[in-house]
Amino acid sequence: MTIRTESPGAIVIQPGTIVPGRARGVAPLRREGPAKLTGAAKYADDLVFPGAWYGLTIRSTDAHATFTALDLDPVFDWSKVVVVTAADIPGDNIVSSIKSDQPILVPVGGEIQHHAEPLVLIAAPDRETLRAARRHARIGTDPLPAVFDPLVSDHEFARYSIGAGDVDAAFAAADLILEGEYRVGHQEQLYIENNAMIAVPRDDGGVTVHGSLQCPYYVHAALKRGLALTDEQAQVVQAETGGGFGGKEEFPSVIGLHAALLAGKAGRPVRMIYDRHEDIAATTKRHPAIVRHRTGVTRGGRLVAQDIEVIMDGGAYCTLTPVVLSRGALHAGGPYRCPNVRIRARATRTNTPPNGAFRGFGAPQTEFAAETHLNRIAEALAISPLEIRRRNVYVPGDATPTGQILRDSVAGEEVLERAAEASEFERLRTRLGSARTGRDGSGTIPGSALRTGVERVASGIGLALAWHGAGFTGSGEVHIGSVASIELTAAGAIRVLTASTEMGQGTKTIFPQLVSETLGVPFDDVEVADADTAFVPNSGPTVASRTAMVVGGLLIQAAVRLRAEVEAATGGRFADTYRAYASAHGPLRIDQRFEPYPGVAFDDATYTGDAYPAFGWAACVARVDVDLDTGEVHVLDVVAADDIGRVIHPVLAEGQVEGGTLQAIGYATVEEIKLRDGRYLNDRLATYIIPTALDAPRISTILVEAPFGSVPHGAKGVGELPMDVGAPAVIAAIADATGVWINDLPASPERILAAMANLTAVAGLRPGASEPGAA
Amino acid sequence: MTVYRFAVNGAATEVDVPGMRRLLDVLREELALTGTKEGCGEGECGACTVLLDGAPVDSCLVPVCQVDGADVRTVEGLAGSGPAASSGPGTPPGPPVLDALQAAFLETGGAQCGICTPGMLMSARAYLDAGGGPDEDAIRGAIAGNLCRCTGYTKIIDAIALAARDRIGGMA
Repeated sequence: MTIRTESPGAIVIQPGTIVPGRARGVAPLRREGPAKLTGAAKYADDLVFPGAWYGLTIRSTDAHATFTALDLDPVFDWSKVVVVTAADIPGDNIVSSIKSDQPILVPVGGEIQHHAEPLVLIAAPDRETLRAARRHARIGTDPLPAVFDPLVSDHEFARYSIGAGDVDAAFAAADLILEGEYRVGHQEQLYIENNAMIAVPRDDGGVTVHGSLQCPYYVHAALKRGLALTDEQAQVVQAETGGGFGGKEEFPSVIGLHAALLAGKAGRPVRMIYDRHEDIAATTKRHPAIVRHRTGVTRGGRLVAQDIEVIMDGGAYCTLTPVVLSRGALHAGGPYRCPNVRIRARATRTNTPPNGAFRGFGAPQTEFAAETHLNRIAEALAISPLEIRRRNVYVPGDATPTGQILRDSVAGEEVLERAAEASEFERLRTRLGSARTGRDGSGTIPGSALRTGVERVASGIGLALAWHGAGFTGSGEVHIGSVASIELTAAGAIRVLTASTEMGQGTKTIFPQLVSETLGVPFDDVEVADADTAFVPNSGPTVASRTAMVVGGLLIQAAVRLRAEVEAATGGRFADTYRAYASAHGPLRIDQRFEPYPGVAFDDATYTGDAYPAFGWAACVARVDVDLDTGEVHVLDVVAADDIGRVIHPVLAEGQVEGGTLQAIGYATVEEIKLRDGRYLNDRLATYIIPTALDAPRISTILVEAPFGSVPHGAKGVGELPMDVGAPAVIAAIADATGVWINDLPASPERILAAMANLTAVAGLRPGASEPGAA
Repeated sequence: MTVYRFAVNGAATEVDVPGMRRLLDVLREELALTGTKEGCGEGECGACTVLLDGAPVDSCLVPVCQVDGADVRTVEGLAGSGPAASSGPGTPPGPPVLDALQAAFLETGGAQCGICTPGMLMSARAYLDAGGGPDEDAIRGAIAGNLCRCTGYTKIIDAIALAARDRIGGMA
């Protein structure tokens, strides 16, 4: 189901005006769809490089230790293979990122900071020799005391403080103060294609890396620094990429460096293809977080004070943690007007594998807490979850905790009403509530008032609302200064040149769609160049739901210029004259550089101003059945209403909402990484569970359009938004069904049963995990 | 090593490999049919699903010795191709003509990143070949062994239902 609307805050489009990206008529089919559907699409492990060797990584089995020795057993003929240690690294032994704290390989004598940390690399001509070499290499370590609890760690990666008004005075005047603590654990991105890179030595002493990745220029920067290469010597080419979700944002730099080091030493191509076990054991996860809320409200349910503390577990190295934490903190209050706010956020180091980017990037953690807390406030005040949101949701003119005035493209109210209406939220909630109060509580669960002799399944409905800042946080976009280009070739082809990658979300379809609409040529006449750093400009990383909004906007601007230049020269319509122009004048390339959006300013020092150029808004209603004997949750159906500015391609946009919603449902119900002594215990697909088609609900999507006025097409991005809102909706539905709040994700059967029985004895295996219902 | 003979997408095939080599590796590395993907190597994700005598199997769990004499179908065998080209491995393919199921995936948006798609298509093909209809619950059951992380399954189910309806409509 797609319902597209004009919101009250929408830009008025003059009749006859062409708005690029406006879905008109039949949307084009996915550009690379036929290749994917016939098996012709080449993912990294499908690429053939004659003579390529196979590489592997020897990893630590300690969480914290000194790497004392590498012993290569002389029984094995080491001349058949290559071994790379930190001593072989020609440049800095640093994985280029925000901080220079993560080594490419721990040197002998150096400090191992987490389980599965890379120590030594081996490459061999075939897998059997590779395995034999691995068996004959032994690692010596001296264990050191390890820290697993982010609350006791004394090493901070980042800290932010955001504030408005007088929180203490407001608490003194509040009618009700409610406190709560919420915890979320690691979540694995679980793209179905594991991380994979193949490095090929170049004649100029450099290296070309082909792989599964989101951000070609991140890998490019990492290769330059770690291998001491020039811009030209480092080349990164994206292969078809089987899902990313943030898991191929920063991690490909690590595996790319490893493949390149081996290829350099072996003097031939080297394939580094992770299997699932290695991918789960060693690559980044969503940051675990502890979020504490103290909220003051009036009797009428208006928020008067929010005091929020966020603690994230960064793992052993910084990666992107400061930015994840920043986004988490900026979204921590939820999309609600509150004049007095204090948000304190910090991220600390533990001896666990580093955490990193994952769809939502800090916001799903803090918005789960904010929404669950607000639902508990509504329950305490006996106000409907819908009504309390109506009373507090941001409207145009409201100020956020950073002092950002929300001027246009504000659609919190609309997504809320659309989702509530389509799901018949109030009617179903009333009906399910009466069914619940009719139960006599004679069941088998100790302490549960719900299970009766005849009724084993309880039904519930839950609602949540979220906002998601569009594009980079703060001044990030200005610092990056992306460039997107369009080239009219001498042969008369039109080609889009960007480093923005296709990983399933539809980049290769919407870019030619936007450009062809602007140029007035057929969709099929616009080509998209491969994301190859030798040919495409740095249009920034494919992250933060910025591709459609930021890079799409740059491409439209470039297309406008290209069209004007050609039409000025030929005097005819672009579509009719560009081929003649190309043969007469030769190629023409337009490079469009990002210019700050007018009126958007953020002060990184004081954390005030416009944290994002605009926000997307999402509401989600979930219906669940809970088996009161087993604690199993069945999510029956979900209505998701998402304001994404402008819908460029309805099928692709709905696909983003549906997929993001199911990832959020997995986060809420089944996805959990368990740790022991800093090691992931369930590091296989047999033990890390994601929803199957039988677990997935029917997801109905409502696409709302409140366009962002500073980009020509009005799009705000869609990828991350649905990830923020699904989990709290499911948790609210479970509470509606059972009467218990699960404050510690996921709402596993064990946690639900324990909460219903008011038990506090469910073992929390992850660091500092709280007991269910402890808040 | 032993010679194993079987049909792949209708073409007689012969490989000389250790009998415990995974069918997945034989397809990808000996026969260059890389459309079949590895997602987990332990039978959990279904990305490597192929049809073995018409039944969907995880090719990562099937040693090639079990395939001797069998009929194997992979994603490469679904689409038709230009009249000049045959569909045998190693033959240059003609321009692909998507079959009804692939066309339905393209139309509904059933493929996003595409890595689960070949396996998903093979499970769906087996379901349709066995007479499966557009019933949503039945389709969910048929693809329960194929994990997808992109779509939330909604559009995959829509695609299979569309192909089932088209076939029913076509027969009516």
